[in-house]
Amino acid sequence: MTLRKKAFGALAATTLVFGLAACGDSDSGNGDSANGGGDGNGGGDNYVTANGTEPQNPLIPSNTNEVGGGNIVDLIYSGLVYYDADGEIHNEMAESIEPEGDKTFRVTLKDGWTFADGTEITAQHFVDTWNHAVANSHLSAYFFEPIMGYEEGAESMEGLQVVDDKTFTIELNQPEADFPQRLGYSAFYPLPDEAREDEAAFGENPNGNGPYKLLEWNHNQDATVVPNEEYQGERTPQNDGIKFVFYAQQDAAYNDLLAGNLDTLDAIPDIAFSTFEDELGERAVNQPSAVFQSFTIPESLEHWGGEEGKLRRQALSHAIDREEITNTIFEGTRTPATDFTSPVLPGYDGDVAGNDVLDFDPERAKELWAQADEIAPFTGEFTLSYNADGGHQAWVDAVTNSIRNNLGIEAVGNPYPDFKSLRDDVTGRTIQGAFRTGWQADYPSAGNFLGPLYGTGAGSNDGDYSNPDFDAKLAEAAGSDSPETASGLYNEAQEILFQDLPAIPLWYSNVAGGYSENVDNVTFSWKSVPVYYEITKN
Amino acid sequence: MLRYIGRRLLQMIPVFFGATLLIYALVFLMPGDPVEALGGDRGLSDAARARIEAEYNLDKPFIVQYLLYLKGILTLDFGTTFSGQPVADVMARAFPVTIKLALMALAFEAIFGIIFGVIAGVRRGGIFDSTVLVMSLIVIAVPSFVIGFVLQFVVGVKWGILPVTVGSRETFTSLLMPAVVLGAVSFAYVLRLTRQSVSENLRADYVRTARAKGLGNGQVMGRHVLRNSLIPVATFLGADLGALMGGAIVTEGIFAINGVGGTIYQAIIKGEPTTVVSFTTVLVIVYIIANLIVDLIYAVLDPRIRYA
Repeated sequence: MTLRKKAFGALAATTLVFGLAACGDSDSGNGDSANGGGDGNGGGDNYVTANGTEPQNPLIPSNTNEVGGGNIVDLIYSGLVYYDADGEIHNEMAESIEPEGDKTFRVTLKDGWTFADGTEITAQHFVDTWNHAVANSHLSAYFFEPIMGYEEGAESMEGLQVVDDKTFTIELNQPEADFPQRLGYSAFYPLPDEAREDEAAFGENPNGNGPYKLLEWNHNQDATVVPNEEYQGERTPQNDGIKFVFYAQQDAAYNDLLAGNLDTLDAIPDIAFSTFEDELGERAVNQPSAVFQSFTIPESLEHWGGEEGKLRRQALSHAIDREEITNTIFEGTRTPATDFTSPVLPGYDGDVAGNDVLDFDPERAKELWAQADEIAPFTGEFTLSYNADGGHQAWVDAVTNSIRNNLGIEAVGNPYPDFKSLRDDVTGRTIQGAFRTGWQADYPSAGNFLGPLYGTGAGSNDGDYSNPDFDAKLAEAAGSDSPETASGLYNEAQEILFQDLPAIPLWYSNVAGGYSENVDNVTFSWKSVPVYYEITKN
Repeated sequence: MLRYIGRRLLQMIPVFFGATLLIYALVFLMPGDPVEALGGDRGLSDAARARIEAEYNLDKPFIVQYLLYLKGILTLDFGTTFSGQPVADVMARAFPVTIKLALMALAFEAIFGIIFGVIAGVRRGGIFDSTVLVMSLIVIAVPSFVIGFVLQFVVGVKWGILPVTVGSRETFTSLLMPAVVLGAVSFAYVLRLTRQSVSENLRADYVRTARAKGLGNGQVMGRHVLRNSLIPVATFLGADLGALMGGAIVTEGIFAINGVGGTIYQAIIKGEPTTVVSFTTVLVIVYIIANLIVDLIYAVLDPRIRYA
């Protein structure tokens, strides 16, 4: 008989295990309901649940360069200025930012601003925070490059001088009138003194000055921010808080959105590209973002420089059917380009003179190509290099097919195994033929697209484009006294680009997202994320 | 018996060193530079790169890195991830939910697999048997992520019976659907294994003898058929526990569970040796212990097996 009991022991053991698992669950279930969970319990914990990813670094603004941490950082800190949904710049902590001479700015802070723990914020906090970021080589330290005295790892920059508690001056190496526009970027947010003593501990439990403060951060699961009563600015929270839920896969987030468990999603998974607008109806969001895609043809290549090159570049541009490619290959999640910047920027003009070169016109393309052939007959083939790890093959094939069919030349895609190997050849200037290029704005200004990409000798001018007229327009725009004047000048600069086509504009990436029935007032900003503080939850 | 267990436990020491060294070397040899990836498209400044490499000992030769890691482990310091969290904390978060999920999946496949298998084995050729056989064939043939997506969409999104994802709500109900998906394929194997050995044992000589000497049907089934039939099933289940814990990447992804599989996957992508090695070493130890338990269960199931 004892034997028989043992025989069933194995079965009994598995049942016991099942029971134990169930017991453990009821415990964590109780713990969870204490955290709210966003089920509408009222009492100030009816959080908006938002799609997010685990921040890759402690929440130190100047050391956060990815979107998961960036979303939270932008809510729990404030800078001198902030960007609204349209990318317009408003003063936040700054009372004024006045130019003094052509290289110096005098910053005056508003009264009454404190960190969440009540410590008053002074000019010294800004200067110390910025110096600290450079001294410790934070990931975003390059934002301080224009400031006099900047060099990698420098202990302090002499361009930053504290005048009194509420005033400091910033002296730059050279005139850059749009410098104040950059001050809304997270690298420029101020930190209290304790942050510099123990970054890791502070970043885990930050004490910021933004509209929200961090309530809890369950690593790899979620992070919740709640309104900060000490906040003095205009970005007043319209909800009880935001709970960022970290998903490893967008598919899971999308299903949670459909089921009403998730309120905002800023990245629809590929698998749902063709259906999400039907499934979400008016709660679907599909709009251009501040990401510009193009391909660049180096000036130095045979057949692609001078007058001949100009004609050939225009012919190429006319030979590509952007509308068709964005609709069939990208299911409408790209928007055909109409300029060299992005339609989400303030001052964007969809009718810059000369942008008809982006129209699909095979007849005109053949004409221009024939004119170029009269200068010097084309030899060889057209290659377009891309990184094979980024999902680019489909559109590269479509573009090269268009060129082959409409111009009658040999055109092929040239895949590199990964992004890094493509960039190695691009930056080493050893690449032959055209190559894929893209740019995402750090701050909402056309200058952030045009300067670094096409200015003579600029850091990301991979095609070595150089046109003194263009450079002059850029300098004039940077030195102009109002954003409106600057926008006009940037558009005049673009007219030159449409003649020279250093890069062939293709399309803007869209943000494809959506929101649930439980929330209202969801707008996606120029940065492609929802404006979280405006969201209201039912 | 105790000596046997002690010897088996001592074997874990060389396995531990071998596994950590091997896995550390594999992560070290992976192509790509983990630090470069931290800079994104814009790349890192030289100063920032040097700071990060020094912070994680990545500027040192391989063997020094490994020894520093071992030194940390001996003081129960498993190192930190690139995001600055102690790996020990990451393990403390990831393992409980994975163990819960794996045990639920194991319980599901063991209980239902054995019950269905025994019934099918006893009534071999009947309607129940044929239905269950076709069903299990389908479960084995369809990839588990398909089962996962379909169940999630139908049961979670459309019907709203069970939670769509788990996330931070690691409750019994929210883990139920993932556990079923995770255990589905093994359930089918357990069922077929049980059915096969039950129907074979039913025709064995000793069963005929037992019946001939007048034992009741219940006693024949319990003492002679079931006990002998469970040996291959126990072997399978023991090995499966390790697979359920480390290999649940797909299921964890679909249901947004922050468990072991997903964490290791992410760490491999990022090239974080400390995380990969610490997690896989724990998994190796889980395998060893699970196998030890299976061996001990053999002794219970088969009186002829004795461990000195």
